[in-house]
Amino acid sequence: MSSNTDTIRELAQQEYKWGFVTDIEHDSAPRGLNEDIVRFISAKKNEPEFMLEWRLRAYRHWESLEKAQAEPKWAHIHYDPIDYQNIIYYSAPKQKPSINSLDELDPEIRRTYEKLGIPLAEQKMLAGVAVDAVFDSVSVATTFKAKLAEAGVIFCSFSEAVREHPDLVKKYLGSVVPYTDNFFAALNAAVFSDGSFCFVPKGVKCPMELSTYFRINAAETGQFERTLIVAEEGASVSYLEGCTAPIRDTNQLHAAVVELVALDDAQIKYSTVQNWYPGDKNGKGGIYNFVTKRGKCLGRNSKISWTQVETGSAITWKYPSCILQGENSVGEFYSVALTNNYQQADTGTKMIHIGKNTRSTIVSKGISAGHGQNTYRGMVRILKHATGARNYTQCDSLLIGDRCGAHTFPYIEVKNSTARMEHEASTSKIGEDQLFYLRQRGLKTEDAVSMIVNGFCKRVFRELPMEFAVEAQKLLSVSLEGSVG
Amino acid sequence: MSLLEIKNLHVKVDGNEILKGVNLSLEPGEVHSIMGPNGSGKSTLAQVLARRESYDVTQGEILFNGKDLLAMKAEEAACEGLFLAFQYPVEIPGVSNAYFLRSALNAVHKYRGQDEVDAMDFLPKLREKMKLLEMDEKFLNRSVNEAFSGGEKKRNEILQMAVLEPKLGILDETDSGLDIDALRIVASGVNAMRSPDRAFLVVTHYQRLLNYIVPDRVHVLVNGRIVKSGGPELALQLEDTGYATVGSAAGAA
Repeated sequence: MSSNTDTIRELAQQEYKWGFVTDIEHDSAPRGLNEDIVRFISAKKNEPEFMLEWRLRAYRHWESLEKAQAEPKWAHIHYDPIDYQNIIYYSAPKQKPSINSLDELDPEIRRTYEKLGIPLAEQKMLAGVAVDAVFDSVSVATTFKAKLAEAGVIFCSFSEAVREHPDLVKKYLGSVVPYTDNFFAALNAAVFSDGSFCFVPKGVKCPMELSTYFRINAAETGQFERTLIVAEEGASVSYLEGCTAPIRDTNQLHAAVVELVALDDAQIKYSTVQNWYPGDKNGKGGIYNFVTKRGKCLGRNSKISWTQVETGSAITWKYPSCILQGENSVGEFYSVALTNNYQQADTGTKMIHIGKNTRSTIVSKGISAGHGQNTYRGMVRILKHATGARNYTQCDSLLIGDRCGAHTFPYIEVKNSTARMEHEASTSKIGEDQLFYLRQRGLKTEDAVSMIVNGFCKRVFRELPMEFAVEAQKLLSVSLEGSVG
Repeated sequence: MSLLEIKNLHVKVDGNEILKGVNLSLEPGEVHSIMGPNGSGKSTLAQVLARRESYDVTQGEILFNGKDLLAMKAEEAACEGLFLAFQYPVEIPGVSNAYFLRSALNAVHKYRGQDEVDAMDFLPKLREKMKLLEMDEKFLNRSVNEAFSGGEKKRNEILQMAVLEPKLGILDETDSGLDIDALRIVASGVNAMRSPDRAFLVVTHYQRLLNYIVPDRVHVLVNGRIVKSGGPELALQLEDTGYATVGSAAGAA
């Protein structure tokens, strides 16, 4: 027994060296939000002065919004008022309940992992199986980090970046989503917990896809995650966020902020697969996913691409957007959003064309089932001096059953007469004759629905890195179970 | 044991009785044709056999290989070896023909407790059958029936039938919308599948297809009943006299 404990302790200390594990302390903040809590958070993280100052300015701004009752209410979603004083804004990183084997895991969760085809090693990690998890993840993380170091890529937790690379953080933090941007961005800026930081230097093409999986605390849900990715001139990186495994959290509100900056000739690809707890079949519980994600194509010929598969959360409210400032810059948004049972989604994108000859592509696939309400909200704005701008938008809705809803709010503002815009939209149901055709070939109804839906989403899945694409297809099938009675 | 036995079948659609007591029996190896005027119930019969839920069977019994067909769902009947070549095949956007075919075959294999189809074996066999139906390889990556011409859709139906190798193939007006060349290709595809263990039910309006797929028996369906049955010469006779004489002369079958 003792040699096991020693080994684990050694490995745990090695993890500190890699910086993947945040400080393990044992206190949590009391409920509520005020300046003291903000100071408490900053102190726990050993942050430099500039970071605390930024948090405090953000907090004061948020407080003024809150007092003025300026919480945004325009989205096509309904939720009970959030009591911001009834949330714990800092808790010690949870030691997951350690179990000895997967057999001890809730069979329902186990079944979902199996259906999603999650490899055994990953299942163990997600479930918090004690010894194995440590060994598996350390060995993987080691090779990974070495490869990146060779290439000169910085990839670490946001907290580590604040401590180890303060100049970079200072330079870019808030440059794409300032704390004044919106109510939830202000809240996030005041109390953000952790997230990812990635910096790819000039001319470097990041040698592998970066994934939150490689940060051990990735399976911990981030209440208020903050992520910053910067690609310098000629650099490129592909980043994957999330996983298909359903994640529960006692914290209901998740208000993350993601900022991307691409300089001249740089490219950033950001893919998300989100399957947070969506609430039960009657719409009770579930996570509120209120996210601000934005990329700035600062340099000429730069490109930022967002791909998202959102199947979880009780409420999804996010508009991953692109500011196309650099000449010839390109912004893309590919999305599959599913609402089943009583889920709600109000999601889409904003493409702001500022520089000359900029291009944007939007492909949105919304699937509504059960009593789900799915809203696409997209804005394409062509500013006065944005000559030669082009946009292609396609938003399609698929309705399964007759108690769900699909809504579309496109905003198109064009202030330059040389712009070319294409907008296509469609709304369809899964036809009984389509289902019958597939069933007459031997497929069960659920498999037929799955096949049709995956065909519907193909254009978006094509944009995902391969492993994610396969998982995403399975995820869609699992999420639609029971939707066709 | 007959492959298919239909006894006194009565079917209602939206409250209207369309089939009024159909009796029919098929042995393996046989090809039967059902002819009749518009509205006689030909397609209804085909859809009921394929187990479409919107058709209400009010009376009668159907045995497929000795099993109660009316107790089966569409996918079960399919896995038991019943195939319907649709009159109007639907489109399934985003789903490639190759993927669809393999999934369908796997569903049948699974039902029978067999192993999944090996991808390496599957493609060469598929290509062979496509050649027979004069279909281009490019077709494999296209979405099912999307932007297909009428002829391509019907050939796709026959290709699927060739891959799934059913015991009973029901062709629902497969010849509608086909030009002479397409007709010939489709017919040769069907004829290539004729075998002692397999039967076909060819539902058709016109006699023309039956020049290529020569039936063993021809049944005339008028007003929901089979009013006359005969050999292949009956089809030629109908070309001359039309359906009217057959219907009025007879009463119940």
